[in-house]
Amino acid sequence: MSALVEINDIWIEGRADETWMPIINGASMSLNKGEVLGLIGESGAGKSTLGLAAMGFARDGVRISKGSVTFDGIDLINASAAVKRDLLGKRIAYVAQSAAASFNPSHRLIDQHVEGPVQHGVSTRVESVNDGIELYRRLRLPDPDNIGFRYPHQVSGGQLQRAMTAMAMSCRPDLIIFDEPTTALDVTTQIEVLASIRDIVEQFDTAAIYITHDLAVVAQMADKIKVLLKGDEVEEADTRTMLSDPKEDYTKSLWAVRSFKRPGKAAVPEDATPVISVRNVTAAYGKAVVLHDVSFDIHAGRTVAVVGESGSGKSTAARCITGLLPPLEGHVEFDGEALPLDYRKRNKMQLRQAQMIYQMADTALNPRKSIGEIIGRPVEFYMDLKGAKKRERVRALLDEIEMEPDLFIDRLPSELSGGQKQRIGIARALAAEPKFIICDEVTSALDQLVAEGILKLLARLQDTLGLSYMFITHDLATVKSIADEVVVMKDGRVVEQGPKDEMFTPPHHSYTDLLLSSVPEMDPDWLTNLLAERGVDNLGDAAADRM
Amino acid sequence: MTPFDNSIGDLLVFFGKTGNVLLVLGIITFGGFLFRSIGQLFDNRGETFVEMPLFIASLLAILLLAVVSLIWSAFFGGRAGLRTLILFVAAIVFGAWAFRYAGQLLTDNAPLFRDMPFGVAFGYVFGALALIGGIWFFLQPVELDGAPRASVIFFRWAVKGFIGFAIAAFLFRLAGRYLGTNGTRKLFRQMPMTAAFGILVILIYTIVSVFAGVIAPFGQEEVLANSNIVPGGDPAVGGDPDYPLGTDQIGRDILSRLIYGAQNTVGIAFATTLLAFFIGGSLGFLAATLGGWLDQVLSRLVDVLMAIPALIFALLLMTIATAWAPKLGIPLTFFMVVIIAVIDSTRVFRLARAVAMNIVVMDYIEAAKLRGEGLAYLVFREILPNATAPLLAEFGLRFCFVFLTIASLSFLGVGIQPPLADWGTMVKDLAQFINFAAFAPQVATAPLLAAGAIALLTVAVNFVVDWMLHKSSGLKE
Amino acid sequence: MGSVLGIIVQRLALGLLTLLVVSIVIFIAVNALPGDFAQAVLGQGATPEAIKSIREGLGLDQHFLLRYFTWLAGMVQGDLGTSFAQLNFASNMGGTQLKTVAEQIAPRFQNTMFLAGLTAAIAVPVSVALGIMAALYRNSVFDRTINIATLSSISSPEFFLAYILILFLAVLNPVLPSLSNIYEGMELSDRLVRTVLPALTLTLVVTAHMMRMTRAAIINLLASPYIEMARLKGVSPMRVIVVHALPNALAPIINVIALNLAYLVTGVVVVEVVFVYPGIGQLFVDSVKNRDIPVVQACCLIFAAAYILLNLAADVMSILSNPRLRHPK
Repeated sequence: MSALVEINDIWIEGRADETWMPIINGASMSLNKGEVLGLIGESGAGKSTLGLAAMGFARDGVRISKGSVTFDGIDLINASAAVKRDLLGKRIAYVAQSAAASFNPSHRLIDQHVEGPVQHGVSTRVESVNDGIELYRRLRLPDPDNIGFRYPHQVSGGQLQRAMTAMAMSCRPDLIIFDEPTTALDVTTQIEVLASIRDIVEQFDTAAIYITHDLAVVAQMADKIKVLLKGDEVEEADTRTMLSDPKEDYTKSLWAVRSFKRPGKAAVPEDATPVISVRNVTAAYGKAVVLHDVSFDIHAGRTVAVVGESGSGKSTAARCITGLLPPLEGHVEFDGEALPLDYRKRNKMQLRQAQMIYQMADTALNPRKSIGEIIGRPVEFYMDLKGAKKRERVRALLDEIEMEPDLFIDRLPSELSGGQKQRIGIARALAAEPKFIICDEVTSALDQLVAEGILKLLARLQDTLGLSYMFITHDLATVKSIADEVVVMKDGRVVEQGPKDEMFTPPHHSYTDLLLSSVPEMDPDWLTNLLAERGVDNLGDAAADRM
Repeated sequence: MTPFDNSIGDLLVFFGKTGNVLLVLGIITFGGFLFRSIGQLFDNRGETFVEMPLFIASLLAILLLAVVSLIWSAFFGGRAGLRTLILFVAAIVFGAWAFRYAGQLLTDNAPLFRDMPFGVAFGYVFGALALIGGIWFFLQPVELDGAPRASVIFFRWAVKGFIGFAIAAFLFRLAGRYLGTNGTRKLFRQMPMTAAFGILVILIYTIVSVFAGVIAPFGQEEVLANSNIVPGGDPAVGGDPDYPLGTDQIGRDILSRLIYGAQNTVGIAFATTLLAFFIGGSLGFLAATLGGWLDQVLSRLVDVLMAIPALIFALLLMTIATAWAPKLGIPLTFFMVVIIAVIDSTRVFRLARAVAMNIVVMDYIEAAKLRGEGLAYLVFREILPNATAPLLAEFGLRFCFVFLTIASLSFLGVGIQPPLADWGTMVKDLAQFINFAAFAPQVATAPLLAAGAIALLTVAVNFVVDWMLHKSSGLKE
Repeated sequence: MGSVLGIIVQRLALGLLTLLVVSIVIFIAVNALPGDFAQAVLGQGATPEAIKSIREGLGLDQHFLLRYFTWLAGMVQGDLGTSFAQLNFASNMGGTQLKTVAEQIAPRFQNTMFLAGLTAAIAVPVSVALGIMAALYRNSVFDRTINIATLSSISSPEFFLAYILILFLAVLNPVLPSLSNIYEGMELSDRLVRTVLPALTLTLVVTAHMMRMTRAAIINLLASPYIEMARLKGVSPMRVIVVHALPNALAPIINVIALNLAYLVTGVVVVEVVFVYPGIGQLFVDSVKNRDIPVVQACCLIFAAAYILLNLAADVMSILSNPRLRHPK
């Protein structure tokens, strides 16, 4: 039996500054009918480009320079535009990363749904409207009879992603490319979408290429997995083989990230004064109250992870601590003394003691200043060091974050990688010699291997310098690896808090339980087991809303 | 006989009567409905016509009717000009089709021709025809039966000027690629021709305006013996080699006045733009950084000032200035600089504030604020270095705007005042010579040169700004 | 729909308020003139009696605020005052019939509207079509040629474009008249012919702006994920533009059109002077030169009102074409 899609030694280039840079260097793959291939790799590995190439499509500024793509016997590289257009949407469909951006805001969902079948002459408008409603029902969208007649902005992100899967299914294609369909979603929403996608692909025996950077997700979805690194193929194998017995070093290191875990610490003495103590804080943006009576403590030398989904108030809590958003009620204590609510009223000493590391290292470093200036400024500002002494201190700090001073001190941020920029952010915080650092989603924009490096660095600094961290994150895997204590937030309230080990062993608060169980695990049977345990109607948002 | 048919006028008059409007609307709506219904009969996919709003159907119906009636009147109404036009378009349409078909046959269906949209083929054929037509016209004799053919002469001048500038820009870019520092060489390598042309022109203008006193053969106010000498320096037609561009009505050398015009017009515009940037930029940064009531007050004030069109406001204020100037003994030109700078600073304020706003929300500004940095450090060390690129581009645009405003004011007679030579005034004074173009092409060049000098500089600055914006926007397509 | 209506009413009120503030600004500016209106009217050699009579006639002996409100009330009722030139004429020649500013402006206002309307009728369809085509075939020879041509036309002063057109279409090839002497009771076709050159000049400037902005708006849209999605659904290129890009481009395009019509307001001044077109712009420039304050004031207010109105229209239209506002959650 010949394969449905056959990619043979394909080379793809992208245009950058008047020259063509390689994106994919000679990848090959083949996919049979009904098979699901997981394509994983870090950002910049060329996953999406390869996925689109399987459709015979290259984005603007990208070209396929060599190789062949054959779909069901049709040579997609040399096919005319008309032939390709006839295949796209009808026999090969695409599900994009952000459904919110990929649905046209000016048309109702159902109108966009029926466009494919009607334009390709597969079915009439009336038929495909009815079919769309049926697909919405199968994908377990709420109110399937009417949801299609809404505009995209009237529907939530997870529902849009399922509507987009329905749209891809509208012509019953032979192949669907899923391009990171759940990356932009919260964990509880993600699980519903994953379950729906897997079901529908099985029901219609559709072949799929599932692109993601999340190993645990791909383990649930794919029959076989292919690993990419910077445009090169690393290895490809059956899912279970790949998980249990990876061959290449790179794959092994990817797998190993998941196992990083720091040892637990001794319990905090009862009478210890916390470094930071948040006391009954209520805060609002204008009239919208976003924090309700939030209290938690952070002790010396410990990491408190604040977790919750987007909009839960995690970052607002941090803004209250730093004084950027003075709380309406309550206050924040540092070493037992109340801090002024507004940062403008705090003195240099108080400002110095609490530092911050940001999520997006790109916007956290002034692009016009060299690394030496960025780290040197707090040294000069707080420690009053100038000239050679200042430079000496900056070099020591660069050593501390494991970056070669001679190499980096005169560079600009734009000349660094994402992980290096994040390290500079850490060095800038350290330069103030603080007791307490707020880490706001510091690893969520980074690839897993790089993120692991940052986490290890933070752990080592904590051990040597006795720092306290407030670690804001939505990623529970990170929490598991570095937190001492956990604060779970939802809708601006603390729903549960306590030492990590207690939090991660049942019985939990029901919301924490939902959060924890929704985090995909590397076990390929995890999703199946979870569905069996909870039932399809008791997943994610539906369950969360009932709480 | 006019190119317009009186029947169109009659039709408009008919439309104009209110009683007929309803009738006409009714007919149009019905026509649209009919059009859509017929469409639906043939639209087997049930997509295009089913969902078509009635007003779009009506518009399409009107369009269809207009095209049909135009073709009808061209072939059966004896409109020869229109007929030629339609035949010409039809010929290109056919030519495009033939071109693409021939291309497909000759290249064995290469993707270039196979996937070529019809519009592109049409464009190629049209472009080729235009090029051939242009060359043919260029090669026409300049004289016919002893009389000069002014059209050909002007066309030749335009083509020669264009090619000359293109070659100069090319050589300039080539020189830039091999001379200078590494940085400038890299810059020149990525530069499009238009930007190279722009930089070259700006350089020339700068040199001319700085050294006007050295370059110009005569003074700007110097009244010479002969007036109305024809440009071109050819004694046979009333020229004089001493005055290559001739003299004006009261006998001032036009070349010298053009050169001094560079100094006056460009210099004053530059100073005005600087002033506008100083006012608008500093207030804009302050508003963005401090926010609060200061931002509110300044922004509302700017909103109000911007609600009056710039040129109109400038004219209004100039009216008042013309009354004050003699009283206070301050030259009117000084008033003009201040007035235009203030009006223009509102635009600068908007941009500076927007740019600074985008920077202020960055995390590194938050980090600096939380460190306890003062206002001066924030503005000068953190914000300003990141705002230079957009502000520089805006400076170019604002300069063009100010320059054109000053030229327009001068052209209207209320701008830069005599005895200072300036291009806007020169155009106004020399404008009537354009009417001699048909039989004495040289005579008409003087006003066009002054107007062209203005256009050339603004075009040049715009080319450079366009390139800078394109570069900084990072569009890689 | 309630929220949309609310927003529109709010914008309208804001526009009205702006106009009011603008009227104050204009009034203050004019009152900053040195000396006295009466002196300005009559010049240096005026007799004290004449000055006194005019002062009383104009109500100059009253308080500043009272004068403002009298003036504003007059404006609202369409009474724009009497031109100084007319007053001067009257005081020298005796009490002949005075022509009010409103009577002076009315026919010229019509002429200007006619010119602006004709320009818009040519420019809007041409520039939108060209803009869409340039966006579709971006970076092609066509796009680059159009880019250079429009940039040049934007950069050139209006009078340069006007004289170039005169040179080619009136002097070298006499197909159109270079002077636009228009009078009342003229045949519409004659009137059209005489308005074509100024309209073409304005069209060149406005089309260039509109076309570039349309192109930018469409290119912006073409980069959005939903356009890529439409392509990946195998939709034809024409349909991608018409069904997927245009409905979303409507707001920016309408905005562009309204903004450029507002720009026309300024553009007419210079063009009317070049072609001696008897519009409000030419009257304005003449009055500025003669320091005929009532006319300057009135013209200024009319220009500002048109400008504010068009900007307001742009605002309202883009609110209306936003699906998020039309279909609230």
